[in-house]
Amino acid sequence: MEQRIALGDALVRLGKDYPQLVVLSPDVSLSTRAVKFKAAYPERFICTGISEQNTLGMAAGLSSVGWLPVVAGYAMFVAGKAWEPLRNSVAYSGLNVKVVGTHAGINVGADGVTHQAIEDIALMRAIPGMTVLAPTDANQVEPVLRAALEHNGPVYVRLERAAIPSLTDPGRPFTVGESLTLRDGADATIFGLGGMVAASLEAADQLAAEDIHARVVSMVSIKPLDEGAVVRAARQTGAIVVAEDHNRCGGLGSAIAETLARVLPVPMEQVALADVFAESGPARALHAKYQLSAEHIARAVHAAIARRNQARRDVP
Amino acid sequence: MRQHIIRMTSQAGSGHPGPSFSPVEILASLYFSELRLDPQHPDWPERDRFVLSKGHAAPALYAALHEAGFFCEDTMLTLRQVGSLLQGHPHVKTPGVDATTGSLGLGLSQAVGMALGLRMRRGRSRVYAMIGDGECDEGQIWEAALAAAHFRLGNLAVFVDHNGYQFDGPVEEVMRLAPLADKWRAFGWQVEEIDGHDFEQILGFLERARRCADQPSLAVARTVKGYGVSFMAGSQEYHARSLTSEEAQRALTELEGQA
Repeated sequence: MEQRIALGDALVRLGKDYPQLVVLSPDVSLSTRAVKFKAAYPERFICTGISEQNTLGMAAGLSSVGWLPVVAGYAMFVAGKAWEPLRNSVAYSGLNVKVVGTHAGINVGADGVTHQAIEDIALMRAIPGMTVLAPTDANQVEPVLRAALEHNGPVYVRLERAAIPSLTDPGRPFTVGESLTLRDGADATIFGLGGMVAASLEAADQLAAEDIHARVVSMVSIKPLDEGAVVRAARQTGAIVVAEDHNRCGGLGSAIAETLARVLPVPMEQVALADVFAESGPARALHAKYQLSAEHIARAVHAAIARRNQARRDVP
Repeated sequence: MRQHIIRMTSQAGSGHPGPSFSPVEILASLYFSELRLDPQHPDWPERDRFVLSKGHAAPALYAALHEAGFFCEDTMLTLRQVGSLLQGHPHVKTPGVDATTGSLGLGLSQAVGMALGLRMRRGRSRVYAMIGDGECDEGQIWEAALAAAHFRLGNLAVFVDHNGYQFDGPVEEVMRLAPLADKWRAFGWQVEEIDGHDFEQILGFLERARRCADQPSLAVARTVKGYGVSFMAGSQEYHARSLTSEEAQRALTELEGQA
């Protein structure tokens, strides 16, 4: 199921629970499905036209007079084009604005590079005080949004365009800062993000056939990061792979590497965009070409395990 | 207020005295005549809001807030020091500051969000903002201009501090704005051209803005950078540097003579 379908339904339910909730849409409500909120609460829906920077500024103003704004737009534009108002008008003031960036990653597919946000996590993570979340699947969109609304301060929620197999229980609440272990294993750990979690589970299946048992963890909370889960993975499995539909610079891989380097360095491999722009094409074909498939994740697990074993042999 | 600005920026050793001088009469009109505020309760929800989008005029805002009773003189003179409530550009942690600004082009959008949000709450609070003329180079200003007119924000009144200069030189040479008032009219605003140092014209504009129910109002306020001190008036010299102690003394003496 597509995460944006869940977004439209979740906003309607949250609109009932949070009377201060207003949704701002920079002319993409049909695509983000925020149009459902518009139908349910027309007086709290604000179409801001194709003006992401002004939209983030207006969200800051609305927040400062007591509303709880959710900005729903394409990740490329709300996190990219509107980065500076988000940094200076929202985050620096500590305002309670939630930004939902849809259509993140190259899985956007045919629209091509101008619409494929592969830097949004890096951009959002670099802002002091910003919380950065990425639901595992469509089911987890509402629990994550609910946690974002409960959290006092700016939050960025990253959603993808392509359909994702349902992996989580929609009734399971989410808390900011927690990860979700979907499969246990002692030989290696795969930290996946969003749609790449499903690919990570697929890779773990392939590896199990070779008697390699990989732990699979969905890193829903990129910032704050579940450092406990990272350190446990390092200690217990000693070989780590990070899989994300994002550039390899500044994303989840960087976040995990920062923790590993500081606490317990172990071999880590990245499955991510290799610092290149992709192109137009179907999501699956792009993931195959740009080395983001389950096969590539399985290969990365082999590489991480080999490096771990080599390091152990090197110890005198 | 101009004496405060000289003292603050000289104490800090940096800041923008010139662009802080041009909007003094407008800020004085707002803070001592127009805005409904309670300095004892700076977060009073029913208050009017003011957004200084040209945030580099922060010393002028701080001088007004001090005179209005939001903080004492000792606090005012800590401008730009480590640990101070008064940042180089306005931040909401300062009592009386309604919006964080300083990056040009960002403030007007916040004012638009406030005006829309306050109207949605059916309050009677009004929102005021000041933008610079050079700031009108920024694209986001015109996004906000479209939105304010589209949402028929009659509770929004904006001044353009049209002092004619920006960092690199005269506005008309750096990036031509003329006809500035016509541009705003074309965007759907109720526009006036006034002398930004004439209290009667400023207050007249504010009075008419209050009566304009379904359109945002804007005054293109012709001002002089460094207005009030003979050797600063019209000079680009003091855009982004504080005065030397000798210059500060001369300026303070001159202002003392006017008071």
